[in-house]
Amino acid sequence: MPALLEAKGLHAAYGETKVLHGIDFSVEEGGVTALLGANGAGKTTTLRAICGMVRTQGELILGGESISGMATEDVVRRGVAHVPDGRGTFMELTVEENMRLGAYIRRDRGAVDKDFDWLFGYFPRLKERFRQQAGTLSGGEQQMLAITRALLLRPRLLLLDEPSFGLAPLIVKEIFNILRRIRDEEKVSMLLVEQNASLALAFAEDAYLLETGRIVVSGKAADIGKDESIRRSYLGY
Amino acid sequence: MEGLIHQIISGIATGGIYASVSLALVMIYQATHHINFAQGEMATFSTYITLTFINMGMPYWAAFFLGVAVSFGIGVAIERILIRPMGNAPILSAVGVFVGLLLVINSLSGWFFDYTIKQFPSPFPDQALLGGYISGHQLGSTGVTLGVLVAVYLFFRHTSLGLAMRAAALNPVSARLVGVRVGWMLALGWGLAAAIGSVAGCMVAPVVFLDPNMMAGILLYAFAGALLGGIDSPLGAVLGGFAVGVIENLGGAYLVGTELKLTMALVIIVSVLTVRPSGLLGRTVQSRV
Ligand SMILES: Nc1ncnc2c1ncn2[C@@H]1O[C@H](COP(=O)(O)OP(=O)(O)OP(=O)(O)O)[C@@H](O)[C@H]1O
Ligand SMILES: [Mg+2]
Repeated sequence: MPALLEAKGLHAAYGETKVLHGIDFSVEEGGVTALLGANGAGKTTTLRAICGMVRTQGELILGGESISGMATEDVVRRGVAHVPDGRGTFMELTVEENMRLGAYIRRDRGAVDKDFDWLFGYFPRLKERFRQQAGTLSGGEQQMLAITRALLLRPRLLLLDEPSFGLAPLIVKEIFNILRRIRDEEKVSMLLVEQNASLALAFAEDAYLLETGRIVVSGKAADIGKDESIRRSYLGY
Repeated sequence: MEGLIHQIISGIATGGIYASVSLALVMIYQATHHINFAQGEMATFSTYITLTFINMGMPYWAAFFLGVAVSFGIGVAIERILIRPMGNAPILSAVGVFVGLLLVINSLSGWFFDYTIKQFPSPFPDQALLGGYISGHQLGSTGVTLGVLVAVYLFFRHTSLGLAMRAAALNPVSARLVGVRVGWMLALGWGLAAAIGSVAGCMVAPVVFLDPNMMAGILLYAFAGALLGGIDSPLGAVLGGFAVGVIENLGGAYLVGTELKLTMALVIIVSVLTVRPSGLLGRTVQSRV
C-alpha cells in the first residue's frame, strides 16, 4: 500500500536561512511516525513545510496528490490537521468557538455536534470549560483543546508538534493514552514530533531522526529504541 | 429642560451615524491594525452611487440596497487591489496609502458627480414625532442604524463566517490551520465596512446635504467615538459613537456654539489619548500570567 504522505528531497527555508536540506520520509496510512531530533534540528519546520507555512522545494505527496507549494488553507482542506508548536489557541475566543473553528471547513453541522460529544468523551474537562475564554485554560487543557480542534477537522493526517511540551508527567501520560485510543479507534494517521524520545518511540511504528536539517537515522521505532548506540549518540537516554 | 431633552435626542440620532462609521473603522482596525482614513470618503462615494440609482427612477429602498451591495463590492475590490499588495508594509507607508485613497476617492466623487451641493431624499415622513422631540428622519435613521448594528452583532456572534472573520483577525496563523481563507476574510471585512459606510452616508445626507466632503467632519467624530469606546472594541465603538453625538450636540448648544462643534471631536480624541488610551471598553484579554 502506498504511503499516505511522502516527502522527497524536501527543502525548506526562512528567507535566506536554509533549514531543511533535502529530506525524504513517509507516513503510512493508519500509522504513527515519529520525528525526533535535538532543539533546532528542523522538526517544527518539517511540519510547517507540509502545511505550506514556509517556503519549500521538493516533493510532497498526500494520498497520491502533490501538495507541494500549496497554500495552508488548501492543504488543510485536503485533510491535514496540525497541532502546532505553541498550541495555536485562539486565546480571546471561548472553548466552544475554538472547537467550532476546528470544524470550520465541514458543512455537516449535525455530525459536528455529535463529534463534540465524541471528543468530550476523551476530554471531559473541555465540556466543563465550554463557555470559558480559552486563554484562561491551563497549559494541559490548551493542549487538549488544540488536539480537539485538530480532530474536529476529521483529518486523514494529524501533525503533532511536541504535545508533551511543558506538561506534567501525569498529563502527558493522559494525553498519550488518548492519542493511542484515537489512533486505534479512529485510524487517524499521525506524524509526531517529540523531544521525549522514549515516549515517542513507544507510541510510533516508524521513526526518523533529524539532525540540522538532514535525516541521519530512519527505521522501525522499536528497532531504534533498542539500538544502544543511536540512543546514546542522538537521543541521550 | 425641554431644550435639553431635545438636544439629547438629536444627539442620539446623529450619534447613530457616528456609531456606524466608528464600527466600520473598528472592523478594519481589528483585522489590519490600521485606521482607514478613507472610510468617510468611501461612504460619500457610496451615497452618490445610491443617488444615481434614485435619479434613474428606482424606488428608494431598491436604490438603497443596491447601493449597499455595490459599496460592498467596491470595498472588497479596494482590499484585493490596493491593500493586499501592501502586505506588511511599514506603518507610515500604510498611512500614506490610506491618505492617498482618501484623496483619490474624494477627487473621483467630485469628478464623477461634480462639486455642487446636492439634496438627498429621506425615505421617512417629514414630520415631528413623539410630541415634537424628534423628526421622522431622526427616528427612522436611528432605527436603521440600530438595525445595522444588531445585524452586524448577530453576524459576528452567531454565524460560522463571522467567527472565521474574528479568528482571522485575532490569529491569522491558527486561522489558516483550520482552513480559514484569511486573505478573503480581510476583503470581506472591507466589503462590510464599505457597506456600513454606505448606510451611514444615506442616513446623514438628507441632513447635511451631499457634497464630496460630506463625511470629513463625520469621520472625525466617528474616530473620536471609536477611540472613546476603545479602538479594538466593536461594542465600545458603537457606544462611543452615540456618546460623541450627544456630547457634540450638548456642547454645541450650551458650551462652544455650533461653529466650534468640530473642536469637540479633537478635545475628545486628545483627552482619550492622554487619559485612557485603550478607551472605555478597550480590550483587556483574560490570560494566565
Ligand atoms: N520563523 C523563523 N525564522 C527564521 N528562522 C527560523 C524560524 N523558525 C525557526 N527557525 C530556525 O530554523 C531552525 C530549525 O527550527 P525548528 O523550529 O524547525 O527546530 P525544532 O527541531 O522544531 O526545534 P525545537 O525542538 O527547539 O522545537 C532553527 O535554527 C531556527 O532558528
Ligand atoms: Mg519545534
